[in-house]
Parts: sequence; structure tokens; C-alpha cells
Amino acid sequence: MRAKVHVFLKPGVLDVQGKAVENALHGLGWAGVEGVRVGKTIEFDLKSANAAEAEAEVKQMCEKLLANTVIESYRVELA
Amino acid sequence: MKAAVIVFPGSNCDRDCKVAIERSTGAAVEMVWHAETALPSGLDLIVLPGGFSYGDYLRCGAMAALSPVMAEVKAAAERGVATVGICNGFQVLCEAGMLPGALLRNEQLKYVCKAVDLEVANAQTRFTAGFGDRRQVTMTVGNGEGNFFADAETLARIEGEGQVVFRYVNNPNGSTDAIAGIVNGRGNVLGLMPHPDRAFEAELGSADGAILFQSALASA
Repeated sequence: MRAKVHVFLKPGVLDVQGKAVENALHGLGWAGVEGVRVGKTIEFDLKSANAAEAEAEVKQMCEKLLANTVIESYRVELA
Repeated sequence: MKAAVIVFPGSNCDRDCKVAIERSTGAAVEMVWHAETALPSGLDLIVLPGGFSYGDYLRCGAMAALSPVMAEVKAAAERGVATVGICNGFQVLCEAGMLPGALLRNEQLKYVCKAVDLEVANAQTRFTAGFGDRRQVTMTVGNGEGNFFADAETLARIEGEGQVVFRYVNNPNGSTDAIAGIVNGRGNVLGLMPHPDRAFEAELGSADGAILFQSALASA
């Protein structure tokens, strides 16, 4: 099973990197761009019997290491 | 008096901390590698130094917070041993859940390296008692991710409980409430972004950092 974890700063936590990218896009002429957030994706293979178990496991990984839930939220995709 | 400086792969202020503590307090300082599963006995002070532990992989301090030695550091802090995290060490303490909040990228996206004036927001802690009536001290910051953040509820709690120890006079990185350093609820774990280890002799521009180390050991 392939897991994809998307980690972003929570809404309301200032994403200065996103802000800088947004300003750069404006500078290139894309005036309509707003709300840019820069996050990261972590991908890995996981040996697991079923999807529900895998999801629970990956969520634990997120809580313990992959995301800092004080400032970040995460979304898990399994395929 | 005995102190330990924890050395992570990528720490770069570990030797500065050792020299700063030795010269300002006369304490014996042991360097402890991150892979150790026991701390030297009879420690009065543990310092997590600045640097880029584990290359800041994933998040600043995230990997270091899971190193074997951190379980021992946590246990020692729970026994009441004075523990100080400086810069990257502060990030490690937050990631380890030993201090509330987190450190975000600096608001202006710049690495800030300069002397800063700090307000001593709580002079009653075991780390600041030595400042006496002084309410302003000077230390040096050097960080790219020193922008302290905590949610509104946490912020209200730490402000209300006197856990904010240092505030920037001129906020260099966008930290919430200009917070530069905090202690845990029990008051024996301090995290701060400014470097007392770069301000322990007049020749360095300030000797205020020496007072912090002296206070930490005087109260041990």
C-alpha cells in the first residue's frame, strides 16, 4: 500500500513562504492568485492487511512525527 | 556543580555552551552524545544547544526530540533538574512536548543574527533571579525559525501563569507577543531563542548570559 501524507500549516498560522510565493506570482502577472499555502508531501510504502488499519497507523505516525499538530494539519491518502 | 550539554548531530553551539557554563559558573560540564541512554549522575543543569540538529530535517528539532537521550532528559526534567534549551534547543523542547507552542519561520523570511535587547518578563524564575531588579538584558539571536507561536488558549495560559520569561524589546522575527523565552508550568525547563552562550563576557558585547547560567545553578 502506498501512503501519501500532505502536511500544511493550519489555517490561521501565518505561512510566510506561501505569502512570498503569492507575491512572486503577483509579480509575474497572476493578479488573481490568493491564499497560497506551501506544504509538503511525504510518501511511503506500507505493509498492511487492510486500508482501515493502514489509515489508523499512518494517522499515528502523523501525530507522533510527520506533523507538529500545534501548527500543522495533515491529510492522508492511501492507494 | 555539574552540567551536561547534549550534542546532537548538527549541533553547532555545544562547545560554546560548555565554555560559557564553565567560565561563568565554574561547573564541570560533560558533553553527552544524543545516542546515550543514560545521563551522568548528579546533574544540576542540562543544556540543549543551538545549531541544526539532524539538518533541520522534517521540522527544526523534530528528529532530535526523538533521539534516545531525550527520554532521559525528559525524566531528569520531571525530577526537577534545571533544563535549558537555547535556539535549536528551544525548538527541540517544543517538539518533545516539554514546552508549549512551536517556532515558525521568521515573519520576514530572513535569518536574523544580531544583539537584541530583552525585557525580563518574569524575574521570579530560577533562571532569571540573578538579574535582580534589572528588567532589560542583552543577548544575541541567530535564527531563521524563531517566530514563537502558540494558539490563543495556550498563549492566555502561559501569559497568565507567568511562563513568559523574556520578550524582545524590538521583535526581530514576528514572535507572538514578542515572546523570546518561556518556562514550563513547574518552572524548571526554560526555552529561549536568544543565546546566553554568546553573551557571557563583556568582550562578547554582553555578560548577561553568564547571569542566566549562574542563576540556573544557584537554584539547583
